[in-house]
Amino acid sequence: MKKVFTKRLSRSSLAAATLLLLGGCATSGNPKDPIEGFNRVMFAINDGIDKTIVKPVAQGYESTLPAPVRTGVANFFGNIDDVFVAVNNLLQGKLPEALSDAGRVLINSTVGLLGVIDVASDAGLEKHDEDFGQTFGRWGVGDGAYLVLPVFGPRTLRDTFGLVLDVQTDPVSQLKDVPSRNTLTATRGISDRARLLPTDKIVEEAALDRYSYIRDAYLQRRRSKIYDGNPPREKFDSSANAAEPPAHAPETAAASVPVSVPVPVSVAGQ
Amino acid sequence: MKLLNLPLIVIALLLPAAAGAQAALSNLAPDALIKQVTSEVLEVVRKDKDIQSGDRQKVIDLVEAKVLPNFDFSRMTQLAMARDWRAATPSQQKAMTDAFRTLLVRTYSKALTEYKNQVIEFKPFALKAGETEVKVRTQVIQSGAKPISLDYYLEKQAQGWKVVDIEVGGISLVTNYRDSFASEVKSGGVDGLIKSLQAKNRDAEAK
Repeated sequence: MKKVFTKRLSRSSLAAATLLLLGGCATSGNPKDPIEGFNRVMFAINDGIDKTIVKPVAQGYESTLPAPVRTGVANFFGNIDDVFVAVNNLLQGKLPEALSDAGRVLINSTVGLLGVIDVASDAGLEKHDEDFGQTFGRWGVGDGAYLVLPVFGPRTLRDTFGLVLDVQTDPVSQLKDVPSRNTLTATRGISDRARLLPTDKIVEEAALDRYSYIRDAYLQRRRSKIYDGNPPREKFDSSANAAEPPAHAPETAAASVPVSVPVPVSVAGQ
Repeated sequence: MKLLNLPLIVIALLLPAAAGAQAALSNLAPDALIKQVTSEVLEVVRKDKDIQSGDRQKVIDLVEAKVLPNFDFSRMTQLAMARDWRAATPSQQKAMTDAFRTLLVRTYSKALTEYKNQVIEFKPFALKAGETEVKVRTQVIQSGAKPISLDYYLEKQAQGWKVVDIEVGGISLVTNYRDSFASEVKSGGVDGLIKSLQAKNRDAEAK
């Protein structure tokens, strides 16, 4: 299975590389994904790296370390992340959130033993999730094209610029000592990946086509994050059909038919 | 004549009572409905030995019995197919709804088993008068990270509130299919899409 996959991978990446060199890009016409041909190749390459290296390491990490230790590791990195989250909340003009984030860092770094115990969450200071891509989105910058980056994976054009700043301002990547910087970066990566293991299985069940499922999920999730989890509900019907009656009109009638069914059943049961 | 009519009269007398009982179950407020279903299902998932040891069919049966009566799959399929729904014939709509239902039930069952040990918190909810579409917000607590939001969209229908969409971390289990369904329909028509879904379901069952 794996061999077939690798073979297919190398063949398709060759083909797509050729296409790219010729200046052409395969696309299925999705306006959000103008360079789908390239993205699919990158996605397959990332998937290969994940399947052969990252995922097995994350699985090993999960099976060898007890849950409280893994939680401690995740909390430790979460605390470092909070510094950066506070800065982004400030940049987005969300002062109460930024103060809460700063409070979290203060409490968790001290009482929480360098962040290993998330005392702040128990005290009611909820963790936030912010980055420069979201900050730009908040400022009104649109998504731009969908991109699959090497190793980093799905991004939009806007989030790619965000990522550059994310990396530059990340406290871990600021460390002067190279070995400890590398160790911390790797550990954080593994810890993050391990937490995504359950999601893999769900995507496996759900996706008709993993590439487009993950792409659309990424785009929806980013949109939701920019609105802090409460985005306006997207319109369901294409405007091309605006003149037609709403889609559910005939359906409500059909849906009401089964209503009568349970009644006689429950009568018979009595 | 009289004897023949008797059962009918009994049924006629019992009908309102039965209908009333039915209504009482489904007339729960949206948040109460979600709370009840979530806690009932999670309780079973956490206690059942077979489910703990990976019996998938049992989870699916549980979801079928407890969760599905509160979901409107035909509406979900409509939301996922968007304008292609109207282009489909009634029999295609039915085949599509059946196939999508199987897919969603499997996905939802899988998610339940994966997250069974997490704590779920309910966010405050207030139903405004006259509202027919609401969002009930819950979240899954996880350590070292922001909680994952788990939101339910419900619509008020003749037989009570029905779930028409679920969003996990801002990702809709239903509308996330919109682009891939549209591109399947574009290349192979509605029948092509139905075939892909059925094939996916067969593959997943064979595993």
